[in-house]
Amino acid sequence: MSASLDKVTQTLKEVIDAPIASYFDSCVHCGLCAEACLFYTETGDPKYTPIHKVEPLRRVYEQEYTLLGRLMKMVGLSKPITDEELGEWQELVYDSCTLCGRCSMVCPVGNDIVYMVRKFREGMAVSGHVPDGIRGATKRTVEIGGPMGLKWPAVANVLRKAEEATGVTIPVDKEGADYLVLLSSMEIVNYPEYIEALAKIFHKAGISFTLASDAFEATNAGIQIGASDLAKVIVTRIVDAAERLKVKYVLSPECGHAYMAIRWEGPNLIGRPFGFKVVHVLELLDQLRQEGVLKMKGMFKDPLILHDPCQIVRRGGVLQAPEALIRQVAENYIPIADQQKWNWCCGGGGGASAIHTEEAEALRAKAFGVKKRQIEEAGVGTMVTFCANCRITIEEALDHYEMNTKLLGLTELLAEHLED
Amino acid sequence: MNDLQFLTWVRGTGLDIAVGIFLLGVLWRLIEIYTLGRKKDLAAPRHAAGASGLHTVFRRSLPPPGMLKRSPVSYIGGYIFHIGLAVIVFLGAPHILLITNLTGLSWPGLPTQFIDLVTVVTMAAMVVMLVDRINKPVKRFLSTFEDWFTWAVTFLPVLTGWLAVQHLLLPYTTMLALHILSAEILLVVLPFTKLFHAFTLFGSRWYNGSANARKGVPV
Ligand code: SF4
Ligand code: SF4
Repeated sequence: MSASLDKVTQTLKEVIDAPIASYFDSCVHCGLCAEACLFYTETGDPKYTPIHKVEPLRRVYEQEYTLLGRLMKMVGLSKPITDEELGEWQELVYDSCTLCGRCSMVCPVGNDIVYMVRKFREGMAVSGHVPDGIRGATKRTVEIGGPMGLKWPAVANVLRKAEEATGVTIPVDKEGADYLVLLSSMEIVNYPEYIEALAKIFHKAGISFTLASDAFEATNAGIQIGASDLAKVIVTRIVDAAERLKVKYVLSPECGHAYMAIRWEGPNLIGRPFGFKVVHVLELLDQLRQEGVLKMKGMFKDPLILHDPCQIVRRGGVLQAPEALIRQVAENYIPIADQQKWNWCCGGGGGASAIHTEEAEALRAKAFGVKKRQIEEAGVGTMVTFCANCRITIEEALDHYEMNTKLLGLTELLAEHLED
Repeated sequence: MNDLQFLTWVRGTGLDIAVGIFLLGVLWRLIEIYTLGRKKDLAAPRHAAGASGLHTVFRRSLPPPGMLKRSPVSYIGGYIFHIGLAVIVFLGAPHILLITNLTGLSWPGLPTQFIDLVTVVTMAAMVVMLVDRINKPVKRFLSTFEDWFTWAVTFLPVLTGWLAVQHLLLPYTTMLALHILSAEILLVVLPFTKLFHAFTLFGSRWYNGSANARKGVPV
């Protein structure tokens, strides 16, 4: 065994806890998890069965922790994991898993398969079998500040433009504000309207907020790749800024993986609970709606459906706010069959959208089939969502299929119809 | 060894060995799994109605929305044979008698004819499940020797028990001895194969349910 493979096995051994052991021992090979995974339902290829994606991890569990497995290993009857095999698994663990968590909802014995994939990725990161796209994004976030290599001056520029467009000042590094606003690079670059929307809403509600020039990026590619040490560096930046600026709340942008990273993984990465609260922007908006601050003038008329981003809704627990908010602004909102925590992934989560190999892109387009059917079956020309990463992925797919579905961001839609 | 000696052995020494391995095996495996522990979740929890480990332990017994249609054989076949096995094992008169002898506990059983019917239905469901495992690409792909082996080890006690009661194929004494032996094999392999899900599924559902409950998601 090579030294690096030794390290991989060691990492995998360390990530195996009682839940993972229990999950592996419970699996009855019924294959039901496949029926919940868009990569299987849209391709029909059994290799995309969720539990199969963690097979090397199962073998490490068996060989290192079970009586029978250890006996078999001693007499040389078991097959140790190989570097080559991990190389083969890269596609299964990254390209074809978006960490959407739908499989964890259906397994009859109760296995939380997405948790296992997430943990397996930590070993994969050590092995080096990770997609270049996510590796690059992680490196840029650690070294430059964001996954797209965006630096503060560029962000400041976007903020200035948003100030001009809205007439609202956007404070930076202001101590004592209520909210520290985080963004995702994708929003800054592709959907600057989000920032304008937010500034307008904060101004209207009379809430004080600030941005931090050294911690504006909320996404955390370190988590997606499975490198906890890097993920920790990225989260620490935000925690330091929040504590320095003495804010009460940190506002997660729409972006789902950003929310997951800061709200749920953050405290576990730094090893202590936060002294501030992490709030998703839709949670805040829904609270303002309930307080009657979010009053609309005119409604959006076109029939539309909602795409619930996995990491915010099913994985993040923001279950009720999205629908309540869309009903506030849309006259013809059509609920779809698999919605809220049952929604299907756009196909680009978990870092997948950062993988730009030909195969990964083709697979992503195929996986979009389920979303395409949802749009067509509802017979609508508009879909609303609330995650910049979903938006990029969906827009690429709409292009690919030459669909003329309009894609809108929920926060912006609300801001557009906000009473002056 | 003649038939009667064989029967005496499986009822005596054989049973002791099998029950011994079963109990020690279950205990060992439970310790092996659950002493691995898990890290405390440091993120501030959110609360939601219907979200907890216990909720998930029960909720996962029912097919989630849309799943019954996607895999009817797995659900319907699965229900029939699991319930069938439980009825046969815990409500068949001879089995209750055995449990009474081992533990002193006793309860009323169901009429023999009814148990016969349940047995036939259970076997039919198990055969359908086997065919499904062979036919369905995903199931076939996932299947290893263990899946075929555990199917056989579960099926044999049901089959031999039924044959013995019906006085088919072999003399009653021989068939009964074979039935008991096959059940003993089942007991011995249970803790060390996927059949152990009979124990771990409660833990698995609970872990999944409670981890997601912290985020406020009923799963
Ligand atoms: S998390 Fe989603 S993409 Fe990954 S295996 Fe499960 S269902 Fe498939
Ligand atoms: S649904 Fe659960 S038990 Fe069935 S194959 Fe998948 S992980 Fe195993």
